[in-house]
Amino acid sequence: MTDLDTFRSETRAWLEANCPPEMREPMRSEADACWGGRNPNFQSDAQRQWMEKMAKRGWTVPHWPKDYGGGGLSTAETKVLKEEMARIGARSPLTSFGISMLGPALLKFGTEEQKKHFLPQIARGEIRWCQGYSEPGAGSDLAGLATKAEDKGDHWLINGQKVWTSYADKADWIFCLVRTSTESKHQGISFVLFDMTTPGVSTKPIKLISGYSPFCETFFDDVKVPKEQVVGEVNRGWDVAKYLLGHEREMIAGMGLGGIGGGEGGSLGAKLKPDNALLRADIAAFDVDALAFAAMSERFFEMFKAGEAHPASPSMMKYAGTELNKRRHELVMAAGGSDALEWDSERSKDGKAARDWLRTKGNSIEGGTSEIQLNIVAKHILGLPGA
Amino acid sequence: MPLLTDDQKMLQETASSFLSEEGSIAKQLRQLRDSGCTDGYGTDLWKQFGELGLTGICIPEDKGGLGLGSVEAALVLEEIGRNLTPSPFLATAVVGARAIEGTAHADRWYPGILSGDAVLTLAVDESRRHSPEQTALTAERRGNGFVLNGTKQFVVHGNSADVALTAARTSGTAGEREGLTLFAVPKGAAEVESVTLADSSKAARLTFRDVQLDADAVVGDVDNGWAQLSRALNSGRAGAAAELVGVAAGATSMTVDYLKQRKQFGKLIGEFQALQHRAAHLYGEIEIARAAALKAAELVDSGSEKAELMASVAKAKAADVASLAGREGVQMHGGIGMTDEHDIGLYLKREAVLGELFGDVYYHRNRVAELSGY
Repeated sequence: MTDLDTFRSETRAWLEANCPPEMREPMRSEADACWGGRNPNFQSDAQRQWMEKMAKRGWTVPHWPKDYGGGGLSTAETKVLKEEMARIGARSPLTSFGISMLGPALLKFGTEEQKKHFLPQIARGEIRWCQGYSEPGAGSDLAGLATKAEDKGDHWLINGQKVWTSYADKADWIFCLVRTSTESKHQGISFVLFDMTTPGVSTKPIKLISGYSPFCETFFDDVKVPKEQVVGEVNRGWDVAKYLLGHEREMIAGMGLGGIGGGEGGSLGAKLKPDNALLRADIAAFDVDALAFAAMSERFFEMFKAGEAHPASPSMMKYAGTELNKRRHELVMAAGGSDALEWDSERSKDGKAARDWLRTKGNSIEGGTSEIQLNIVAKHILGLPGA
Repeated sequence: MPLLTDDQKMLQETASSFLSEEGSIAKQLRQLRDSGCTDGYGTDLWKQFGELGLTGICIPEDKGGLGLGSVEAALVLEEIGRNLTPSPFLATAVVGARAIEGTAHADRWYPGILSGDAVLTLAVDESRRHSPEQTALTAERRGNGFVLNGTKQFVVHGNSADVALTAARTSGTAGEREGLTLFAVPKGAAEVESVTLADSSKAARLTFRDVQLDADAVVGDVDNGWAQLSRALNSGRAGAAAELVGVAAGATSMTVDYLKQRKQFGKLIGEFQALQHRAAHLYGEIEIARAAALKAAELVDSGSEKAELMASVAKAKAADVASLAGREGVQMHGGIGMTDEHDIGLYLKREAVLGELFGDVYYHRNRVAELSGY
């Protein structure tokens, strides 16, 4: 037996012994995810146990170094762990922007002290993070952000407003882009971390067309942040932000597989059983595109891991994946007819089809609009002038 | 889909430099077209394919081939597509070689395929739409052999092929998968009407009037030809998808170059966002089509039960994308794109022919729906 085979059999045995049966049930919605945090809202003891047991082994972030709370697994071992988890249908033990976004940025740009302090907290699910990027006046033109951080000697004094902050009302800390210089647009931005309970921070949920409120407005009124809570160099936060956006886009692009609201990526037609020939034709065209995109996702992750992917390629994936997901939900609505329009009945699970459909409209806006992704591809991959 | 191995990358480089030099539009497609070549492909170039070993990609090593498969063939086909190289590679070295694999005909034809002398082709379609189940051409037993009656069309390279692997009905009725048999029909047995297609390639309409064949003309088993035909067709579909990806990539690379050169209103037209976004969209679509084509090739090679589904996905997707690349290519070139002098229009023509080969977009979307159970 190779080492990897040994690892697989040990992993299989451990998962069998430690993954509670409830955590092997498919997630019904986003609400079933475990987000951790200072005031964790565990749905069950099983959910808590599962997170804690996995965190103890470092398996909430299996590929991070052990020193920072990770599992120290190789790429091949990480893949085995994922396969073994998938085999028994194990849920992700912890869903977190700390893992998917801040962590990779800290690993690349953080000081040793920052890594030792923040990463293990993320790995154990102790701190729930949110992302302070967009502002009312800085959406697609993110670098036009105006939230001001003044140098007050031993601290930064932060004033301004963020918008579209995911789960800001539930988060413990924020990673936030602030303006530390007005001399240069891109090179006057810094990447700071602070506690959401700091005096002067307040949040207000935004109600979406779906009726859900996953986002907030976040206000900063004379918020004092210790000087050492800057990641990377002062005024060079744009580099960190861009790196992190790449990870975010990768995550969102995965939705094209049907990860959000659309099932597990199986055939849409098989699920919808269209009874109209023209609708069937549209759905078949969609299934072709979805299966081709699934092949692309597989190839993309392989290329990304091997360092063969173009640095701007997550933009292509994000664009294609989110547009596909919107199409999927248009077809779900079309196949559902008037049933799919019900908004509050038990029959419709409180309008799940309609609400999910409306929610997907945001996919091609959040994390950089489709148009911004196309700009990035045009400039960085195709080398078109003036883009 | 694992990434390409070093050997595969090397093969890709060989094919790329060989075809961009020897198989270029100027040296092959235009030269053959404008000189009125009746074969529709360059026989010298086909020999060179043989000398490089490329014709043996799908032939086992113990038979003198490279013993590789559809993934490697796809790498070569993408370069063929990119250069619009007229070549019997797909029909002969991929579909032909696959169709006769494991039969008595392999020993007869492998040497000619390997040396770049023989051309094999598949004769399936009988109407303007691809529909192999509808095969109606009959093969009746007579004495020690068979007598064939019926017609075939869209037989690529059918005017020059040494053998047309012909799907015929030995029992049952049109619409059934059972009762089909594949025959190796030698040149001269059927009446040939040579047709030049929109892309200057040659295809044939074959008429069978009491064509007598010996029993050993049967490729595989009598009445059980469907599985064999499907295997050959699926390798052809995956291959055509890869070639279409090349066509799309070639057209788009030409178009993007043009956007960086052409000036209007005192600006390079590539500065206009209306064009940038369409070019960027195309880029993504081509990447996706390539992934689908490689995935299909991989599944065809491994004999996966999903091979048929993925071959249809790849063929439909690549045809869609190549069509978009051809249409956008001509439009973004403006007036010059409408002229015969410019190469961009040649991509549009090639894409249309390849898109039809082994089933068009509608055929394959419908297959995807059927295979998915709706």
